[in-house]
Amino acid sequence: MKILIIGATSAIAEATARLWAEAGHQMYLIARDETRLETISSDLKIRGVCQIDSQQMDVNELSQHKLIIDKAFDALKFIDVVLIAHGTLGNQEACEQDFEVALQEFHTNAISTLSLLTHIANRMESQKQGTIAVISSVAGDRGRQSNYLYGTAKGTVSIFLQGLRQRLYKSGVHVMTVKPGFVDTPMTAAFKKGPLWAKPDVIAQCIDNGIRRKRNVIYTPWYWWIIMAVIKMIPETIMKKIVL
Amino acid sequence: MEAHGWGRYPRLEGEITYPVTSAQCVSEVMHNAGLTPQGLGRSYGDSCLGRHMLNTRYLDHYIEFDEQTGLLTCAAGVSLDDIVQTFVPKGWFLSVTPGTRFVTVGGAIASDVHGKNHHLDGSFCDHVIQMDLLLGNGEKVSLSPTLNADLFHATCGGMGLTGVILSATFRLKSIRSSDMLTTTIKAADIDALLDAFEENQDASYSVAWIDCLARDKNLGRSLLMLGEHADEGPLAVKGKRRIPVPVDMPANLLNPYTVKLFNAAYFHRIRQSRISQVASLESFFYPLDTLDNWNRLYGRKGFIQYQFVLPKSGGIIGLKKILERISQSGMGSFLAVLKVFGKGNNNMLSFPKQGYTLALDFKVEPKAFELLNGLDKLVLDEGGRLYLAKDARMGEAAFKAGYSRWSEFESVRERYHAIGAFSSEQSRRLGLR
Repeated sequence: MKILIIGATSAIAEATARLWAEAGHQMYLIARDETRLETISSDLKIRGVCQIDSQQMDVNELSQHKLIIDKAFDALKFIDVVLIAHGTLGNQEACEQDFEVALQEFHTNAISTLSLLTHIANRMESQKQGTIAVISSVAGDRGRQSNYLYGTAKGTVSIFLQGLRQRLYKSGVHVMTVKPGFVDTPMTAAFKKGPLWAKPDVIAQCIDNGIRRKRNVIYTPWYWWIIMAVIKMIPETIMKKIVL
Repeated sequence: MEAHGWGRYPRLEGEITYPVTSAQCVSEVMHNAGLTPQGLGRSYGDSCLGRHMLNTRYLDHYIEFDEQTGLLTCAAGVSLDDIVQTFVPKGWFLSVTPGTRFVTVGGAIASDVHGKNHHLDGSFCDHVIQMDLLLGNGEKVSLSPTLNADLFHATCGGMGLTGVILSATFRLKSIRSSDMLTTTIKAADIDALLDAFEENQDASYSVAWIDCLARDKNLGRSLLMLGEHADEGPLAVKGKRRIPVPVDMPANLLNPYTVKLFNAAYFHRIRQSRISQVASLESFFYPLDTLDNWNRLYGRKGFIQYQFVLPKSGGIIGLKKILERISQSGMGSFLAVLKVFGKGNNNMLSFPKQGYTLALDFKVEPKAFELLNGLDKLVLDEGGRLYLAKDARMGEAAFKAGYSRWSEFESVRERYHAIGAFSSEQSRRLGLR
C-alpha cells in the first residue's frame, strides 16, 4: 500500500504510521518539524516500512500546497491512502480576547485542510481509486463554550468532507471523517485524564479498521458516538445554561 | 497532578512534563532544579516521583538496528513491550527482561533490571554498549564501559540521578522460536528448592514461586520454573488484549485466608513432582502483564514490594530466618518470587549480587511497616541489601549499609553536575544530595 501522511509528527498520525509500518507499506510523510520528521522516518524504517520519503511543509503556507502535493503524488505514482492529521489545540480564552489568535487557529485547523483537500481531491479523482482519511474531532459536532473556536474549525472540516464524500463517490474515491474524543497525546499532556481518555494506538486501530470497512464517519473510540448523540440532542435552551 | 509509582504508595503532587524532542529535555533540565526523570512509572515506590518529573514516554523512536549483530539503538522512552512486539517476529529477543514488558529502556538501565537468566547473563546493563546522557548543565555526553566509564557505571543502576538517559545501544539475542520449553519442579521445602536451583544451574531461565505462608516442615515450599527457548516453532507475539482490573479492589480482598487458599491451590495444582510444557513467550516471561492494572488488587491504599538479596555465603540460614519471620506474621503475599543470582557487576548502585533474592508484596498497613523494619535488620546483618526500584520506605542507614559504594556514586554525580539538578523523593529519603 502507498500512503501519504500530512501532519506526520502528530501523535495519532505517528501511531497509525507505526501500525501500517508493520505491514511493509511505502510512505510519504509531510510535517513542519524537519528534525522530528527524520527521527520518525528512521524509526518507521526499522519497524518495517519498505520505502519512506519525507517533505518539510508548514500547512499555513497555502501557496506551497499544490507544488508539494503534486510532488508527493509524482513520487508515489499512485496513492492508496491519504491521512490528514495536523492540528493545534489553541487556547480558547486567548481566541476570545484577540481575534488575530482565533484567525490563526482557524487557519491552521480549517483553512489549511480545505486547501490541501482541494489539491488532493483533484489528484485522487483522476486516479479513480483510494481513500482520503481526515482527522476532525467530536468538538466539531456541537459548539461548546470551553473550545468553540477549535470546534468551529473542526466542524468546518467535517461539513467540507461531507460534500467531498458525495463528489468523489462517483470516481470511486472514498472519504472518511475521523472524530476522536479525548486522546492522551503531547497536545493534551496538561489535562487531567479520566476513563474516557484513549491512547493514540487505539485511535490508530480504529482508523485502520474504518479504512478497511470503507466507513464514512467514525467516532474513535466508538463510545463517543453515543456521547455525541446525547450531546447533540440537548436543546439549546438547556445547553446554554450548563457547563460542558 | 497526583503521581504515584506502580505500588500506588506513596502518592504526591508534582508536575509532569512530556518532552517530544531531546531539545525540549535540555530546556526542562535548564529550567528546573531537582528534576526527576521517569519512564512508564513501573518502579514500585517513590524513585520516579518528585516535584518536577520529566517523562520520557514520547521519546520512543528506534534509531538504528543491525540485523547482523542484533545491536539496537533507540531513544530512552521505547518500551520493552514495543521491542518485543517489533523484534520477536524478526527472530530477536531482549538479552535480559524483567517480569513486565511495560518499562522503558531508560528505566531498565536506571534500575539495572534483572530477569530469570541473571545466573548466566547478568543484568540489563551488562548488555548495554553505549548511551547518551543529558547532564545537569545541559550538555549531552556519550558513555560506554570505556568512555566516561565512571559515569557509565554510576548511570547503570543509578535511578536517574546522574542525568536524563536520552538513548542507548544494546544487544538483542537471536531466537529461533517464540515458544518456550518449560519445566516446573515441585519442591516440598526451602532446602529442596535450593538443591533444585543448584542442580539446574545450566537452565537458561529459572525462577521459583514460593508459598511464604507455609510453615514448619513446609517452610519455603515452592514451584521452580525453568525455561529454554525452543529451537523450532512460530515467531509470534499475541496481540495486546489484556484483562483490565477496572476499579480498586476492596483492601481486604487479599487477607491471610484468601492468600493461604490461593497459595495452597497454586501449589497443589501441579500433581507430578516434575512437569514439562510448551508455553508462549509472553506467558513465561510476563504472566502478570495479562492483568492490566493488577496493582489495584491491593486496594486504594496501595502496596509495597519488598525485594532483598542475601549473599550466598551463609545466606541459607538467613533466608530461613526471614521466611520464618514472614510466615509467622501471616502477612505474606501471593506473589512471592525467589531466584538465585549469579555474580554482580561493576555498577555502583546495581542491586544484584551472587546469592538469593526474594520479592514479596505487602498491602500498605502499619503492621507491614513494622515487619519490614525487622526484616531490614536481618537482611543487613547477613550482608544483603534492598532493591531500589521496589523500595518506598527504607531509611538512609539501611541504604548506606547495603550500598557501600554510595559515596563514590555521589562523587561521580558531583563531577558531572548532577547534584542539585536531579533528585527524587527516594533520593532525598536515602540521604543523597
